Amino acid sequence: MSDKIRLEMTVNGQSHSADVEPRTLLVHFLRDDLGLTGTNVGCDTSSCGACTIHIDGESAKSCTMLAAQARGANITTIEGLAVSGELHPMQQAFMECHGLQCGYCTPGMVMAATSLLNENPKPSEHEVREGLEGNLCRCTGYHNIVKAVLSASGQSAQGGGA
Amino acid sequence: MIPATFDYLEVDSADAALAALAEHGDEAKLMAGGHSLIPLMKFRLATPAVVVDIGRISELSYIDDSGGHIAIGALTRHRALETSDLVKAQAPILAHVAGQVGDPAVRHRGTLGGSLAHGDPASDLPAALLALGGSVVVRGPSGEREIAASDFFTGFLETALAPDELMTEVRIPKVPNAKWSYQKFNRRAQDWAIVGVAAVLNGESRVALVNMGATPIQAGAVEAALAAGASIDEASAKAAEGTSPPEDLNGDAEYRAHLAQVLVKRALTEAS
Ligand SMILES: Cc1cc2nc3c(=O)[nH]c(=O)nc-3n(C[C@H](O)[C@H](O)[C@H](O)COP(=O)(O)OP(=O)(O)OC[C@H]3O[C@@H](n4cnc5c(N)ncnc54)[C@H](O)[C@@H]3O)c2cc1C
Ligand code: FES
Ligand code: FES
Repeated sequence: MSDKIRLEMTVNGQSHSADVEPRTLLVHFLRDDLGLTGTNVGCDTSSCGACTIHIDGESAKSCTMLAAQARGANITTIEGLAVSGELHPMQQAFMECHGLQCGYCTPGMVMAATSLLNENPKPSEHEVREGLEGNLCRCTGYHNIVKAVLSASGQSAQGGGA
Repeated sequence: MIPATFDYLEVDSADAALAALAEHGDEAKLMAGGHSLIPLMKFRLATPAVVVDIGRISELSYIDDSGGHIAIGALTRHRALETSDLVKAQAPILAHVAGQVGDPAVRHRGTLGGSLAHGDPASDLPAALLALGGSVVVRGPSGEREIAASDFFTGFLETALAPDELMTEVRIPKVPNAKWSYQKFNRRAQDWAIVGVAAVLNGESRVALVNMGATPIQAGAVEAALAAGASIDEASAKAAEGTSPPEDLNGDAEYRAHLAQVLVKRALTEAS
């Protein structure tokens, strides 16, 4: 077995250090070592986006990163969005627009959506759909997710749909 | 799925990366964004004994105006290419194609150097490099050399890079007034191209194909026909000449050959 390596990183504003095997995937480090189980594993092949987190404010799929690649980085997971018990506006919008059903995709969707708005604060509906193309949802049919993201960006969703 | 065990080495300069390659030889594998390598390692199709993480070498992440060309550090991420004002102005097809790779999360992590060095015939950026007539700069134990795009892709997932070499830079000719088009055909969001076509018309015409052979390739027959004054219809009919398209769940060779003709026609029409 290869030697463990020492990792230091900031997760949701808290600094952590741990010794991990180099092959530890970031998603497993977050879930198993730090107990942050809000980040889900869906496909495990970088296709579904359930494992999306932020690295230095940008979305990334944590099933396709080594924990070691995040050494020194500033990570945010779904647990880090709410501030003192108050939902992040994106979480609030998902709730109000009924942007989830089973909820499995939701942490990843919310992280991808907040990253999208960081880069493009007023996206069009088309840009929201393209911006979330790496995140799959098997329940909602996406309409209410798109509505939620538009609403969180301060724009009213056009039309609607089922 | 978890990769097999390996030793991990993070390096912070090109020199340190070369030293690590020299020390560990064939056992070592460079990791840039890891977005091609980690999936292979999870499937255990790649089992390097040593992973040399070059992903944070900041001196290799830049987009500079070098007079006649744009110089792009090998560690430049797809997202940086997609949003670069310099690239958008001087080689707009490259910014556009970078924005077609995977999805935003993939584009935050994947690098230009990694995409080219991986040499996957299904990937988008190699086709843009071929259509632009760019080149790559690689550094090894015996110094630096520049390799033209047309000489770089040598076989399935194989390139002219030697195992002890590091790609440091990608050079892209400035073509602010070129006409261009990129046609990526797929059936699902975020997917790879079933077939893709990159065309750059700038006096001479360069047309490159995605997923039409073992390597990213130029559509030589189309380029020759255009040079000889053929119409778009005549030239695009030759799109599959000299290619050997792969067969998979998405389509057989005949289907891909047909797609190539249709997409070359669309690309040339859009670019004209
Ligand atoms: C879900 C998903 C979807 C994707 N969709 C697409 C798509 O639609 N189109 C597309 O084109 N690509 C796609 N990709 C691939 C993506 O573009 C990768 O980022 C890219 O192919 C590899 O870049 P990387 O920096 O991650 O390289 P890595 O995975 O780190 O490395 C790839 C290979 O290149 C070598 N290498 C890397 N950098 C250097 C260097 N500087 N010098 C020498 N060798 C080097 C490595 O040793 C390795 O062999 C997708 C990837 C994923 C995970
Ligand atoms: S679990 Fe990471 S993308 Fe599906
Ligand atoms: S709410 Fe069930 S997968 Fe999206």
